Amino acid sequence: MDEKTVSVPENLPQELFARAEFHEEKLEDTGFSNYSYWRSTINTFFKSTTVKVVVALVLIMAAYTVIYPMVTERDPYTVSLSAREWNLPPSREHPFGTDGVGRDIWARVWFGTRTSLLLSVAVAVFEVGLGVVIGALWGFYRKLDTVMFAIYNTLTNVPSTIYLVLIAYIMKPSVVTIIIALVATGWIREARWFRSRILALREVDYNVASICLNTPTRRIIGRNVIPHLVSLIIMDAALTIPYSIGSEVFLSYIGVGLPADLCTLGNLVNQGRSAFLVYPFQMIFPTMILCFITVSFYIIGNKFADASDPKNHL
Amino acid sequence: MGRYLLSKLGQAVVTISLVMLVVFTLLRFMPTAGYFSKEQWKDMTEAEKTAYLRNMGVLDPLPLQLKNFVTNLFRGDLGRSIVLYPNSPIGGILAEKIPYSILLNMISWFISAAIGLPLGVAMARSKGGLADKLGTVYVVIIRAVPSIIIHFFIQVFFSKWLGLPMLFYIEQPISWILPTISMSIGSIAGYGVWLRRYIVDEENKDYIKFARVKGLPQKYIMWRHVFRNAIVPIAINIPSDFLLMLSGSLVIESMYSIPGTGGLLIKSIKAMDNPMVQVLVLMYGALSVLGVFLGDIVVSFVDPRIKLVDSND
Repeated sequence: MDEKTVSVPENLPQELFARAEFHEEKLEDTGFSNYSYWRSTINTFFKSTTVKVVVALVLIMAAYTVIYPMVTERDPYTVSLSAREWNLPPSREHPFGTDGVGRDIWARVWFGTRTSLLLSVAVAVFEVGLGVVIGALWGFYRKLDTVMFAIYNTLTNVPSTIYLVLIAYIMKPSVVTIIIALVATGWIREARWFRSRILALREVDYNVASICLNTPTRRIIGRNVIPHLVSLIIMDAALTIPYSIGSEVFLSYIGVGLPADLCTLGNLVNQGRSAFLVYPFQMIFPTMILCFITVSFYIIGNKFADASDPKNHL
Repeated sequence: MGRYLLSKLGQAVVTISLVMLVVFTLLRFMPTAGYFSKEQWKDMTEAEKTAYLRNMGVLDPLPLQLKNFVTNLFRGDLGRSIVLYPNSPIGGILAEKIPYSILLNMISWFISAAIGLPLGVAMARSKGGLADKLGTVYVVIIRAVPSIIIHFFIQVFFSKWLGLPMLFYIEQPISWILPTISMSIGSIAGYGVWLRRYIVDEENKDYIKFARVKGLPQKYIMWRHVFRNAIVPIAINIPSDFLLMLSGSLVIESMYSIPGTGGLLIKSIKAMDNPMVQVLVLMYGALSVLGVFLGDIVVSFVDPRIKLVDSND
């Protein structure tokens, strides 16, 4: 290399060239940083305005769906016998109007949101939970590979809608059936995903380095492995929710969903659909709430995935 | 190459047998009411029903039933529909319906590849820019909003705005437009978002940076290196996407009253026609496994590394 290309600034202050003093207490300072994985993740996550707004709205809505059915006196199942109460447009008394038999859509939407949220949270918990446990076993015991890959191929080569429809068709329609059908078709993907994450984490350079530096295994698992997995778990659970809600709508559309007299977002959307051309509000309101939930959880899941990646931490 | 294909073929055969076993076992738990037509169910006594079921072979032990089903399958006999098309051979019903599904799926597959792949390239090129942001909004909407709602609004509003027919008529090609749009919007998003991601990943690799430093033209780098590598993981899914559209169109076929196989599955489920459900589910299973196998073949043409690995053995 040509030496002339290295330019030296001329007026550097002299004190930069002073000899550093020896401080015994600073010997241990090397490599210390006050970096905390969770603090950085949360900070990065909430840096975006979209996330702040969406999380706030989701929390308000979740609180409302829990509180409303407890305090309201309006029964979402009460049918009105007088035709004057049927198909009313939105008004002060009925903010979302009433349906074809005079039931208040506002009440039905919030009862339905509660059912759908409970259902999808249950699916997320069981699916991701099962996936983590089986994926961890699969990752640690390589002998399971043959069996697990056979199961994996059997379950994933066929579109999950087919299994979903089949299970929902065979069993009696109920909330439990839908949960079982969704978990049964979804757990294997989670397991495969966690298996590959765990395999990769075991061999990753910083863990090999930690082992060489004689870091206790407890510390490796606690600080290097678990934080990584927990953020994956949160992200996956968040992304499972819109999928479960969508599947519930799909199953009620093809007629193997929850019983038609139960309030769920799927049932409300499908019942509103048949009256859409005459009374569009009967479908629009439930659909708005439903899309709001699915889109928010999708955004939260993806933004959290970005935030949990240390490469995006500042 | 030969060994690679052979192992993939073996895998496909194993998978398809397992799928058949699982589906067949699951279907034995179906309510037996699905083996009777409405009149039979009302009029028959319990003893008659049992005799009827025994005669059909439904009460036989599972392995025997499976054996009978498979031997009949090889003879080309798929069984008979009971409720939906009383006593018609299922093979004949399918032969009538499959062409409709194939026609629409072909069209929408071409549309989604023709729009989705350029979308992915455009999004990757303008990373962080306008095209990328618009594309992301599209992808979020398609992925997060349940597809039925999107299909429904397409059917209702597009037919109103564009003056297109709301239902499908084979003799009016103009009525094919809405169903094919509905069928392709999902896979457009899929192709777009994955291709974007693979291209971005590939562009960040050292050898690309090196090629750029070396002064190779951007166009050459994009086509010779980035695109060829980024397309591999997409190519593996093309055949199964193609075949899976048959099942993705379950809802769309029933919405537009397209007389294809997807709508047929929904109708058979609603009518509780067990033999129909069984054959259709197995058909979808077989098609999907076939799709995965074809994907492995396609990838061996697109990805030269597979040939190399084999010849090194």
